[in-house]
Amino acid sequence: MGPMQTETTYNYRVVRQFAIMTVVWGVVGMLVGVFIAAQLIWPELNFGLPWLSYGRLRPLHTNAVIFAFGGCALFATSYYVVQRTSHARLFSDWLAGFTFWGWQAVIVLAAITLPLGLSSSKEYAELEWPIDILIALVWIAYAVVFFGTLFKRRVEHIYVANWFFGAYILTIALLHIVNSAAVPATFWKSYSAFAGTQDAMVQWWYGHNAVGFFLTAGFLGMMYYFIPKQAGRPIYSYRLSVVHFWALIFTYMWAGPHHLHYTALPDWAQSLGMVFSLVLLAPSWGGMINGIMTLSGAWHKLREDPILKFLIVSLSFYGMSTFEGPMMSIKTVNALSHYTDWTIGHVHSGALGWVGLITMGSLYYLVPRLFGRVEMYSVRAINLHFWIATIGIVLYIAAMWIAGVMQGLMWRAVSEDGTLTYTFVESVKASYPFYAIRLLGGLLYLAGMLIMAWNVWKTVSEAKPAEALIPAPVHA
Amino acid sequence: METIRSLMTLAAFATFLGIVWWAYAPARKSRFDDQARSILEESDE
Repeated sequence: MGPMQTETTYNYRVVRQFAIMTVVWGVVGMLVGVFIAAQLIWPELNFGLPWLSYGRLRPLHTNAVIFAFGGCALFATSYYVVQRTSHARLFSDWLAGFTFWGWQAVIVLAAITLPLGLSSSKEYAELEWPIDILIALVWIAYAVVFFGTLFKRRVEHIYVANWFFGAYILTIALLHIVNSAAVPATFWKSYSAFAGTQDAMVQWWYGHNAVGFFLTAGFLGMMYYFIPKQAGRPIYSYRLSVVHFWALIFTYMWAGPHHLHYTALPDWAQSLGMVFSLVLLAPSWGGMINGIMTLSGAWHKLREDPILKFLIVSLSFYGMSTFEGPMMSIKTVNALSHYTDWTIGHVHSGALGWVGLITMGSLYYLVPRLFGRVEMYSVRAINLHFWIATIGIVLYIAAMWIAGVMQGLMWRAVSEDGTLTYTFVESVKASYPFYAIRLLGGLLYLAGMLIMAWNVWKTVSEAKPAEALIPAPVHA
Repeated sequence: METIRSLMTLAAFATFLGIVWWAYAPARKSRFDDQARSILEESDE
């Protein structure tokens, strides 16, 4: 051992912190979602208070589930995977700790400012400029920790999961900094640096790539590590994973204009967005097949292992929503689907089905290992969580599909004399039964998350934090 | 300008085809298989 070999353990502390907060913010974010779903049925649930109005709580819900729940999950898993596959401790314990406390501060500031009505009004980027600056600082620190760890790795090859995590970290830095560019007017008010159609295009370049790199590439990093580990089998095709990575990278950047069909955006840009969205089906399904086929020849494991159920079924929802997405980007389909609840259904098939389930499966793998236990406190509770969550997702997305198609058809229906057949409010009234089914689906999904919180609590409360040794270097 | 844009698109596509060829060339198969197995070779504790 030379002087370089002074670190003997991995930094599990920051992984534990992020993993626990993933569960906490998951419960909070999903609870807000269920609450606003109930408000759509009973509008009086805002109690006449501006802080509880739908328009303010909806961005709180999206920010909490995407950036608090999903974000903490990505921090936890990327820090765990990059250390384990690099045989190296995180680059800087201090900087890693800063990313944890900084990210929690961003989340708390969001939870305060959004109900107060402080918003830049950019979807999924609503936070005002002082918080945006804090996000940028935390994110740059994240990049330094992640790539610094890769730089000091003691294995030659960079495992594919790290490629996906690395692409997600770099791209989110770029997207956030460009889209959040603004001119501050006061401490809590700013104006976008872009105007008009350009502003809309920058916003959806950001928005769709937040889907592509935050909600897809990052979670594919989880997929490429935790599915092989939990299944005890190597990924179906490592070569396909290389092509999958580059195909996603080459394609995703151009798909954003499909959010702006039939707007003031030039027609050619809309068509470009549509074509690239259609092309995206190929890499998306390539990745899905690669993950699912990892179980090829060992399908019985899916019956016996509830963690694998989470991981593999998440991929089937990924496949479904990445088929649905390209279809909805076709302009004629979009003419029916856009601005209806079909879009909400599509997003939740990806969010609850893909992002949620792969996160939960990865955490069920991770939590016992971080606390020196063989498995979760209750394996039966994992199975129960899986079924409750899956039934919840199916109810949610089926209700939104039906409501969305119905709304689209009602809005475009024209009577013989050329007037619209239905008023808007008639389509709202017709949506009520489906809003009730959606609330039930959301309640089930939240109930599953509460079971997980209980199970994690029972696993962690009687355990000691684990220390994991870095393997000694292999000498030829 | 249009020509440059077209050439850039073709260059990007050619690069992608090059990556596919690189990944699937038989010479690299065993190396990739080793890398896929690498994460399973260490203990979890």
